[in-house]
Amino acid sequence: MKPDKTAVKKTKKTASKKEKYVLRLYVAGQTQNSIRAIENIKHICEEYLKGLYSLEVVDIYQQPVLAKGDQIIAVPTLLRKLPLPLRKFIGDMSTTERILVGLDLRPKK
Amino acid sequence: MPKQNRKTKPTMISLKKCPTGIQGLDEITGGGLPQGRPTLVCGSAGCGKTVLAMEFLLRGALQYNEPGVFMCFEETAEDLAKNFASLGFDLKDLVARKKLAIDYVRIERSEITETGEFNLEGLFVRLGLAIKSVKAKRVVLDTVEGLFAGFNNVAILRAELRRLFGWLKEKGVTAIITGEQGEKTLTRYGLEEYVADCVITLAHVSTEQIATRRMRIVKYRGSLHGTNDYPFLIDEQGISILPVTSMRLDHAASVEKIPTGIPRLDTMFSGNGYYRGSSILVSGTSGSGKTSILAEFINEACRRGERCLFIIFAESPAQVIRNMRSIGINLEVWVKKGLLRFHAARPSLYGLEMHLVTIHKQIKEFHPGVVAIDPISNLINIGTIIETKKMITRLIDFLKASLITSIYTNLSQGDTLEETDIEVASLMDTWLLLRDIEINGERNRALYILKSRGMKHSNQVRELILTDKGIELKDVYIGAAGVLTGSARLSQEASEKAEALIVDQGFAFKQRELERKRKILDAQIAAMRTAFESEEDNLKKTISEGKLSEKVTEQDRLKMGKLRDADK
Repeated sequence: MKPDKTAVKKTKKTASKKEKYVLRLYVAGQTQNSIRAIENIKHICEEYLKGLYSLEVVDIYQQPVLAKGDQIIAVPTLLRKLPLPLRKFIGDMSTTERILVGLDLRPKK
Repeated sequence: MPKQNRKTKPTMISLKKCPTGIQGLDEITGGGLPQGRPTLVCGSAGCGKTVLAMEFLLRGALQYNEPGVFMCFEETAEDLAKNFASLGFDLKDLVARKKLAIDYVRIERSEITETGEFNLEGLFVRLGLAIKSVKAKRVVLDTVEGLFAGFNNVAILRAELRRLFGWLKEKGVTAIITGEQGEKTLTRYGLEEYVADCVITLAHVSTEQIATRRMRIVKYRGSLHGTNDYPFLIDEQGISILPVTSMRLDHAASVEKIPTGIPRLDTMFSGNGYYRGSSILVSGTSGSGKTSILAEFINEACRRGERCLFIIFAESPAQVIRNMRSIGINLEVWVKKGLLRFHAARPSLYGLEMHLVTIHKQIKEFHPGVVAIDPISNLINIGTIIETKKMITRLIDFLKASLITSIYTNLSQGDTLEETDIEVASLMDTWLLLRDIEINGERNRALYILKSRGMKHSNQVRELILTDKGIELKDVYIGAAGVLTGSARLSQEASEKAEALIVDQGFAFKQRELERKRKILDAQIAAMRTAFESEEDNLKKTISEGKLSEKVTEQDRLKMGKLRDADK
């Protein structure tokens, strides 16, 4: 079963106007890294960005042209499209601290 | 590698090669790069790696119908197109025709944060996409250092690169990977460990302020290859590697002779001039007439319709044309007709190898039957004696193999006339030596043939005179004081003429004397004859009278008899 866009996209209708973070996660099929990355990022988003994000998971095998457009070389790559500046996080998203710092979030206390 | 009889020995499969189409590279690699394998091209910045790689793709697309993918990590596609436009390559056109795919991979380190395990599958997908889009058979990655610049984790990168090269092999594409030169290793990140099939290094070497580009095949698994440093140049047609000239000395020898342009010189060569395809050296001191001899030869060749390439290292073409016009040789008309081409450059303009490559290119484009180089002694300024001699040897080999007649001038110093600075005398088939003879306070030019392989030649010294109508060779006089030339010769000529005149006159006088005597004799004879004739007449008369009287007497007797009626 591959994750598809519609299942993972979490957009609470009530908070749609306040979406601050537009994130796109590029994965390569069903590899260990990919699955781990998806889980990790979902976890981070739920914990720290609840209601304020839109996460899209793209399989580079399914949509290679999209990957090319975003200049994705490494997988998994998390692309922060909004807010600017553009940031890329590569890896299985296991170093949470790094990601939070990179996303300009402070860990919620 | 040769295929051997299956019954006696196992067959050897020879390595398939992918021809590059790059001038000279296919020769030194014995057919091209290894087919379906990656080749590493490394060198420092500005060496020409990108040019080599791009030319490989372009020629593949244009000449061998093999589309290619150029994956660049350093320049954008637009920049590439602009840069290569200056080399005469139209990348945009090829991209439009789906013969070439250019993919710019942008890796901005500042926007990347590494957060765990990753791999470069994205790159693979991207490459796969590009290869599919044009059905590529050739791939270039330029430069792989771009990846290392973007990502921190060298271990992952190394592993992924190894995987990439395997993947390329599987795809069956012939790839060129470019890499920066490392300090102790061939490449900075030791890529040569993975790309082990073929490694080529490029270098930009500067000696005596003259820079030369050099290429060396460090490794080529499974194939014979040239192992030397090969100089090359990059110009509007891309890369040209100095061709490997055959050093086996197996060129053919022609027996056809071509006129020298100076009729008297032809006769000194026992008939018809120089052998076609031979090398002729004209040496002498300054102002002895070397260039003029060259010009006469060229003039004659152009008149026959043969193309000539005149390479000048000391003057400008306009100057040579003007100078030759003063002795009645019009070279400009041949230039206009396209039969004569000048190539002028100061020797110090570039290195020896560049000169050689440039000359090769000119010859390949122009196909001359005659090549003249004036002078070769200048070349010593840009290299050692050994290097210069090597270069000239290569040039002469190449010209002889192509049956092109070549003529060279060499400036010699006064006392070492029969040597050449660069010791090329043994390479020359014919050697004309021009000397100055100084007598009676004047200098005159003399020429003699020092050697001419394969034909009988005169050993006489001739005086060389530059007249309005070209070069003339006159006999020298051997007088009491030795060889006489110039005004001494003229005076000798005059005195000899005078002597001859005197002798002539003497003869005439004697002739007249004889005539007179003959006349006298004739007159005497005539007188004697007249006397004889009158005597003859008298005698005849007497005889006839006698006869007549006898007759009359007889008749009378008969009559008398009858009258007497003598009884019988």
